[in-house]
Amino acid sequence: MTGMAIATRIRRRIRVPTLTGTGTREVRFAIALLLPAALVVFGVVIYPVGRTLVLSLFGVDSAMPGHYPFVGLRNYAKAFTDPAFYPVLWHTVYFTFVSTALELTLGIGVAMVLNAPLKARWLWRSIVVLPWALPTIVDGALWRWIYNGQYGALNGLLSTLHISHTDHQWLGSPFLALNMVIVADVWKNTSIVAFFVLAGLQTIPHELYEAARMDGAGPVRSFLRVTLPLLRPSIAVVLILRTIEAFKVFDIIYVMTGGGPASGTQTVAFYTYQQAFSNQLFGYGSALAYLIALAVFALAMVYLRILRQGAMAGVR
Amino acid sequence: MERGAAPSGAGLPRRDLLGAAGALGLSAFLAGCGVGGSGATGAEGSGKGTIRALFMKQAGYSEDDITKMTAGFHSANPGITVKTEFVSYEALHDKIVAAAPAGTYDVVLIDVIWPAELGSTRVITDVTRKWPEAWQREMFAGAVEVPRYGSRFYGVPWILDTKYLYYNDAHARRAKVEAGELDTWDGVLRAARAIKAAGVTRYPLVWSWQQAEALICDYAQLLGAFGGRFLDPSGRLAFNIGGGVRALEFMRRSIVEGLSNPVSTQSIEEDVRRIFSAGQASLALNWTYMAAQANDPRQSGVAGDVKVLRTPSGPGGRPGVNGSMALAISASSKQRAAAWKYISYLVSPPVQDRYAVSSLPVWTRSYDEPQVIRANPVLVPQAKRQLGDLIARPQVRSYNAVSQLLQSEIQKALLGQKTPQKALDDAAHRAEDLL
Repeated sequence: MTGMAIATRIRRRIRVPTLTGTGTREVRFAIALLLPAALVVFGVVIYPVGRTLVLSLFGVDSAMPGHYPFVGLRNYAKAFTDPAFYPVLWHTVYFTFVSTALELTLGIGVAMVLNAPLKARWLWRSIVVLPWALPTIVDGALWRWIYNGQYGALNGLLSTLHISHTDHQWLGSPFLALNMVIVADVWKNTSIVAFFVLAGLQTIPHELYEAARMDGAGPVRSFLRVTLPLLRPSIAVVLILRTIEAFKVFDIIYVMTGGGPASGTQTVAFYTYQQAFSNQLFGYGSALAYLIALAVFALAMVYLRILRQGAMAGVR
Repeated sequence: MERGAAPSGAGLPRRDLLGAAGALGLSAFLAGCGVGGSGATGAEGSGKGTIRALFMKQAGYSEDDITKMTAGFHSANPGITVKTEFVSYEALHDKIVAAAPAGTYDVVLIDVIWPAELGSTRVITDVTRKWPEAWQREMFAGAVEVPRYGSRFYGVPWILDTKYLYYNDAHARRAKVEAGELDTWDGVLRAARAIKAAGVTRYPLVWSWQQAEALICDYAQLLGAFGGRFLDPSGRLAFNIGGGVRALEFMRRSIVEGLSNPVSTQSIEEDVRRIFSAGQASLALNWTYMAAQANDPRQSGVAGDVKVLRTPSGPGGRPGVNGSMALAISASSKQRAAAWKYISYLVSPPVQDRYAVSSLPVWTRSYDEPQVIRANPVLVPQAKRQLGDLIARPQVRSYNAVSQLLQSEIQKALLGQKTPQKALDDAAHRAEDLL
């Protein structure tokens, strides 16, 4: 696209009726300011997206340059005939649904506490944000140690409290391990949900609660009829963001379980990584990556739809 | 802003959608100009300059050992500077693959199971012509096989290793178990029962049976002992027949009887070392490096009580798993001559003999050197006999994919989700398509 064409397009966007000499200079200046960001976006987002699309259409089975056969959509078809794909898809959906639901529920609770008139409120807020500030790799290593069936802190705690003296293998069976990874993920990400909700809570005028109280509403009714409806924009935003993030889960699985036991904690992103880098099936790995991208795109469309339907009124 | 006044940007306008599709199309067009990318092409180079080498952190030579070896190389070769990097074993393969097109590393440490894959995918370079003929005579036969795929060499063996049986002598004495009883796998189970019955340790055995390559190493050693094999003479998978099944039944039985620690299915070699060194296990299979660390009072609570034996025998003999590693040159390296000098230095007998405490040399004559025997008196006598009898995992291009399937199915059998026969049949059936 030529510079003039871009200028014309921007002119149209910013609705400049006519361009004086000063206007043209401003447009050029705007383009100059936008160009670095545009190059970065092209280099780190658009080009890799395009390249992955191309790779997904070829039978690329090495990291090295070379000539590989064009296979069309066969890599995509392979995903749906791969017997390992459906279990990992199920693990991903389960992880996404349960972790997001728990993070949302706990996040609202924590936000309500942080919004209450507590002493040293800044301190509590700082403490709550700590798990989110930890790198996921550290979080995963921490929880792997906590869950260890031989010397883990969780078994130690249960024993000290005389709740159980058995050495529970928290990561020892597939379904339990998946749930324990979810707990680790919830511990880390509840704080970010809480902060989103807290921001929403602070926009609710106090007068509304006073009016509700004068109308005879108790705390529960106030929460259900005043707080929750007015929190819908914040909840919708954080719900969609967390859903997308959970769907792409990789690092905590890599650190905590390596996909085991018995492949019970493998997720789509982990499986994609394994196919591409461990097995050098870059064509198939790229197709899987595109399927993840399509799923995330679908979730983003839901997000935009909610925005448009007015559930997000006031949030742009 | 009022809803009515909102621009239509809340949705995805057709123009934006077309713009995004156009950008994607343009990037796909540019990306499609070379499907394999435009990675670096290798060259011999001048034999001088800076090279980069990638090693692993755990097992074998320590980071400190390699740093000292490299310092020695710098003194002997002032024209070459080596920059070393270290990653965990679990990250090593993927790092080599990801860095290959850019030619980031000149020298890479590779596992015995990778030459087929990395050689045939042109990630590492063929060094057959550089190999001195004498090396094949002077190295252990098992070591020579490490970097070989077909008739070609894709590196030089450097870490020669197999898994040994470690036992806690104090525990054995308390349970009145003699070392001779640990000569067979059946004897190991009997000893474990005696140790458990005497209340010495709750779970006498601990293994590295996490869903990882470590699990296949332990399985390979047992498969060999029970007379099984990975491939039949026609190259078809055969671990689901005979000894392969009996090996997995043995593993499962040890869990059901409460002899193997259930944490084994979540453990790799480092976990095994920690548990054994804490005195929470009496018997364990592990690599050479555990001998020094488990007998080091700074790192172990059972130092002085740790004894090492050859791997126990079964009906099929007592082969140890070939867990060796080699040094290879990246296909994209522009400093292949300098890289070869560095590899030749690290592999040379004087350097390997000097650092024998962490990893034993690949040279047969080193095992009679007083310096080597002094460095690891517990292990060297056993190693000298064991290293001549090794079992290899399949040297096939798609080894990683086959191994992943096998790991998953073995774990299903260990957890009681499938019978050993069913699990191995399923693994063989699905893996057959990968060969």
